[in-house]
Amino acid sequence: MTILLDPTAGRQKLSIEPVPRPASLAGLTVGLLDISKPRGDVFLNRLAERLTAAGATVATYKKPTFTKPAPVDLRQQIATECDAVIEALAD
Amino acid sequence: MSASSSPYSPSITDGFIAVVKQDCPTCEFVAPVLADMAKSDRPLVVYTQDDPSFPAGLDPIDDTDLGFSWHNDIETVPTLLQLEGGVETDRTVGWDVEQWRQLTGIPDLGDGLPPFRPGCGSLSVDPSVAPDLEIRFGDSVLTSPRIELATLEDEMEVAFDRGWTDGLPVVPPTEKRVMAMLAGTTRAPDDVVAVIPPELNEVTVEQVAVNAVLAGCRPEYLPVVLAAVEATCNDDFNMHGLLATTYFSGPILIVNGPIAQRIGMNARGNVLGQGNRANSTIGRALQLVVRNLGGGRPNGADGRPGVDMALMGSPSKVGLCFPEREEDSPFAPLATDRGFAPATNTVTAVAGHGPSAIVDQLSRTPESLIGSLAAVLRSEGHPKLAMGFGATLVVGPEHGRIFREAGWDRARVHAEIEQRLLLDTDPILRGVDGIDEGLPPALAGNQVPKFRPGGFLIVHAGGDAGLFSAVLGGWVGGPTGSIPVTTEITDIPQ
Repeated sequence: MTILLDPTAGRQKLSIEPVPRPASLAGLTVGLLDISKPRGDVFLNRLAERLTAAGATVATYKKPTFTKPAPVDLRQQIATECDAVIEALAD
Repeated sequence: MSASSSPYSPSITDGFIAVVKQDCPTCEFVAPVLADMAKSDRPLVVYTQDDPSFPAGLDPIDDTDLGFSWHNDIETVPTLLQLEGGVETDRTVGWDVEQWRQLTGIPDLGDGLPPFRPGCGSLSVDPSVAPDLEIRFGDSVLTSPRIELATLEDEMEVAFDRGWTDGLPVVPPTEKRVMAMLAGTTRAPDDVVAVIPPELNEVTVEQVAVNAVLAGCRPEYLPVVLAAVEATCNDDFNMHGLLATTYFSGPILIVNGPIAQRIGMNARGNVLGQGNRANSTIGRALQLVVRNLGGGRPNGADGRPGVDMALMGSPSKVGLCFPEREEDSPFAPLATDRGFAPATNTVTAVAGHGPSAIVDQLSRTPESLIGSLAAVLRSEGHPKLAMGFGATLVVGPEHGRIFREAGWDRARVHAEIEQRLLLDTDPILRGVDGIDEGLPPALAGNQVPKFRPGGFLIVHAGGDAGLFSAVLGGWVGGPTGSIPVTTEITDIPQ
């Protein structure tokens, strides 16, 4: 019988449940993260207008560079200050 | 030796144990001696390593699995052990009549026989089986999860099915191969090497060694692989961003120092191409570490999702590692010019891809040649863009000779190219020449360097013939992208 060593070291994926989807955005703080790509602000500003019209308070954040993950402190700040985050990726 | 009740403990607590094999003239020679000992009043037990019926008439114990021999550190046959109270108190190896008589207390033992015959090697230390015995009987230091394959499973197909490979076959990482790989470094298997993106998993020497086996590395490459993992998986080099980008680049590894020749790397013909095991597998090992231990997979390439979003990637993303051709280089070794002592073994990691060719078969002066090199480098990425992507210039030896004979070192070549690549912004602004791409209008009336400082490297490599050099195009340079990192290769067994 052949026995192999797992080259993934049995990688455990950390799984975090997102908060429940809110029924309405009224009165909630919604976070938008600018990843520092050119013209990202044009897109995000338009989103902010729509969200404000829907009764949400918009908090905006910015990553120092699009090439690296957001700093831990920034992620923590977003988690603390927001009720909902719109998560999407575009280029 | 203890008297505990393992299946490989001695079967007696007082008396003698002889370990023999039939395929040993000295063991055949001592068989009558053992028969004489069996007639004495002290117990004698014989373990036999190969033929369970040898020696005839002595009712030998079958040790063909070599468990007793391994547990009792038998290196030579015959070995005669003396036990008292369950503890080994003495042993002798081979045939030495005085020692056997002294040990057994039988004064006329072996009378008439020659006084001395050297023993034979114990099967338990035969290099072809010893690693298997170590795995079977030793306390394994390996902590990786084991995957047992069914009899009908093909181990190569298992590797593909489980997503361990880059699309090429891999070497199945058995315990024996991983143990052999770990002998390539003096670092402990549980030593943490780095935190691997994108999942940011802490990985150990053992886990890197498993992937080095997978990639096809020999054990002596492992220190280079470990240094490559350290050089790339940090915030400066930014392996995370390099993996995730839509751009073409991957980690390029440039090896300096005597280790390159020692492990048989190729700095000459096809240096960036095919045909050399060390060149081909070290870079691949790093990529497999990122893939398997960091979870960094090319999105959709094998039907599975991944965070590597490269639009096209490049063949060099399978792995690109090469040594600098130091021996007749016009330059000091790259690592020396980057601050390391001469002859230090290092890996320099730089983000890039390629190569693309630079042809100049007519220049015979450094001034003319530098003009050619700069002209091609100017168009890297786009001739109207600057300060974005980096590049590595690989100077071919026939071009290098022109610099060497003129006494131009790396700093001089660097400075001359930088001077030629200090670009006036007006001709490369957006819209100029009817091309929308270009520098933003705010930079009008300025000069900018083509490459961000620190984002342009020069190395010397390639075969003897061919008036060419090469550009390894780079990725976003500087602190918002990837900064080249040089790491010393350490913990090499002597």
